[in-house]
Amino acid sequence: MTTSSLRLRAGLVSIALLAAFLGVWHLATRSTGTVATMSPEYAKLMGLTATQGKSAMPGPLDVGAKLWEHLRRPFYDNGPNDKGLGIQLGYSIARVGMGYLLAVLVAIPLGFLIGMSPLLSKALDPFIQVLKPISPLAWMPLALYTIKDSSISAIFVIFICSIWPMLLNTVFGVASVRKEWINVARTLEVGTLRRAFTVILPAAAPTILTGMRISIGIAWLVIVAAEMLVGGTGIGYFVWNEWNNLSITNVIIAILLIGVVGMLLDQILARFTRMVTFPE
Amino acid sequence: MTNKFISIEGIAKRYPGASGATTTVFENLWLSMARGEFCCVIGHSGCGKTTVLNILAGLDAPSEGVVIVDGQAISGTSLDRAVIFQSHALLPWRTVLGNVAYAVSSKWRKWDRARVKAHAQTFIDLVGLTGSEHKRPSELSGGMKQRVGIARALSITPKMMLMDEPFSALDALTRGTLQDEVRRICLETGQTAFMITHDVDEAIYLADKIFLMTNGPGAVLAEVVENPLPRDRGRTDLHRHPLYYALRNHIIDFLVTRSKTFTAETPDHDPRNVPVVHIAKPGLTIASNGDEPRQTWTPGTNPGLTA
Ligand SMILES: Nc1ncnc2c1ncn2[C@@H]1O[C@H](COP(=O)(O)OP(=O)(O)O)[C@@H](O)[C@H]1O
Ligand SMILES: [Mg+2]
Repeated sequence: MTTSSLRLRAGLVSIALLAAFLGVWHLATRSTGTVATMSPEYAKLMGLTATQGKSAMPGPLDVGAKLWEHLRRPFYDNGPNDKGLGIQLGYSIARVGMGYLLAVLVAIPLGFLIGMSPLLSKALDPFIQVLKPISPLAWMPLALYTIKDSSISAIFVIFICSIWPMLLNTVFGVASVRKEWINVARTLEVGTLRRAFTVILPAAAPTILTGMRISIGIAWLVIVAAEMLVGGTGIGYFVWNEWNNLSITNVIIAILLIGVVGMLLDQILARFTRMVTFPE
Repeated sequence: MTNKFISIEGIAKRYPGASGATTTVFENLWLSMARGEFCCVIGHSGCGKTTVLNILAGLDAPSEGVVIVDGQAISGTSLDRAVIFQSHALLPWRTVLGNVAYAVSSKWRKWDRARVKAHAQTFIDLVGLTGSEHKRPSELSGGMKQRVGIARALSITPKMMLMDEPFSALDALTRGTLQDEVRRICLETGQTAFMITHDVDEAIYLADKIFLMTNGPGAVLAEVVENPLPRDRGRTDLHRHPLYYALRNHIIDFLVTRSKTFTAETPDHDPRNVPVVHIAKPGLTIASNGDEPRQTWTPGTNPGLTA
């Protein structure tokens, strides 16, 4: 079997599975007609759920219609509790971007130093081992207390959660550069800085990028929870707000978009990883 | 010795062993090479050949003793001493040209790109890789990779070349071609070369002098065998030379038996005056370093053993 035909068949199976899922979802949530006779006032109070057997769970058509509405106007702003999904996602992506970028700026140079120095590596190991398993959200109260700004606190939480995979992978990548490549640089009398950029960085880049890819995934997971806590703006806050509004349709749409954005972020990093990977 | 371009003076290498003891790979090792000389080291695995080469390269420091190159004690690596690694050690993210150019730009830091590229290209052409400049190491065969390693080493026009079993991972045909090329290049450029090999015929074909090392730990340089074959020897008619088998048998005898027993059989071995073996028709002369004949021997018997 050729790979193209395998991909074609896999695509067909994917579409069939999606269709089956949407079909079951539709059937499970469709209206079942009038279920009980009741006085008109009571029926009005109870809404469609009781009077027409309509499920409280929105069906795929409801979600689709609402999604279309959102996609048509992604950037409207009607005050703090009613903003377009594009704006909410924009806030989340900006926070993730800032926290992540700060983490890159700290983790990669620090990882280089630790990876190149066995002394630093041993000395800092206990700190890293203790700090690494702390849930990033546990830092939130401390961040809110010291920083006193909810948005910056969210950025700090992103920073702290995305730093560890990058730091550890950089240390590992730098420390495990093949000795013979280092020896090539040594026999050519290449100085430490040039060696770091021309041998260690390219050799460790695939490992570092793998760490960065893990980090962006974690950062995107954490931002939703962090925004639920700090409130105000962002896709996490949107989910929480729509839950308070009992708009399950909007919650489902947000879940879908969180997944899509997460996938896109991962794909971007995967592309960078491929760019620096070298065949041996 | 008058013409000591490289002089290894009493080096030792020790590693901390189990429970505080130290393991001595070798100690009190003396060895010298003249300018333009091609020397091969033969010895069993683990006797410390790579360690000696790494010390010569400056990649490793001896526990005792010094290495003097061109009148100066070495400290660390130098662009004067190029290394051809057994595993070729090419940077896989660089192309053939990129690998050679990296060495060139490391030696001549002020050169512009065009000049570095032109210089690198000369050496790529020299090893017969014209047309493959833009390939990555992963797209090359083992022999081609080793050619890039040779081009990289030669491109910095070193004073000497250090080679650690450079051809051992190659098939016989490729090995032969590369031996021819290394020999041609070394003769043309007057390179001083120090090469580790397991292949007796390779040593006979390439070397002016062959260093025989006993088994480790506590390895010693047992003999320096001078190659009696003419400088313009050809690889194909090597075995027709009247002294070829005497030389070959001498080395193989050493590897098979004497490398194990040498230390016990030769208690008065003086590491500072390692016997130089001249193989000459009809007999074989063992002379001390002062060139006074000590022992004459006819092919067929064993010089180091009384029995
Ligand atoms: N880092 C090390 N620690 C302890 N022993 C070592 C180390 N490196 C090499 N050795 C020992 O030194 C000896 C010589 O090694 P090497 O020079 O690689 O031998 P060769 O190249 O002749 O096969 C070996 O017996 C090896 O076990
Ligand atoms: Mg070795």
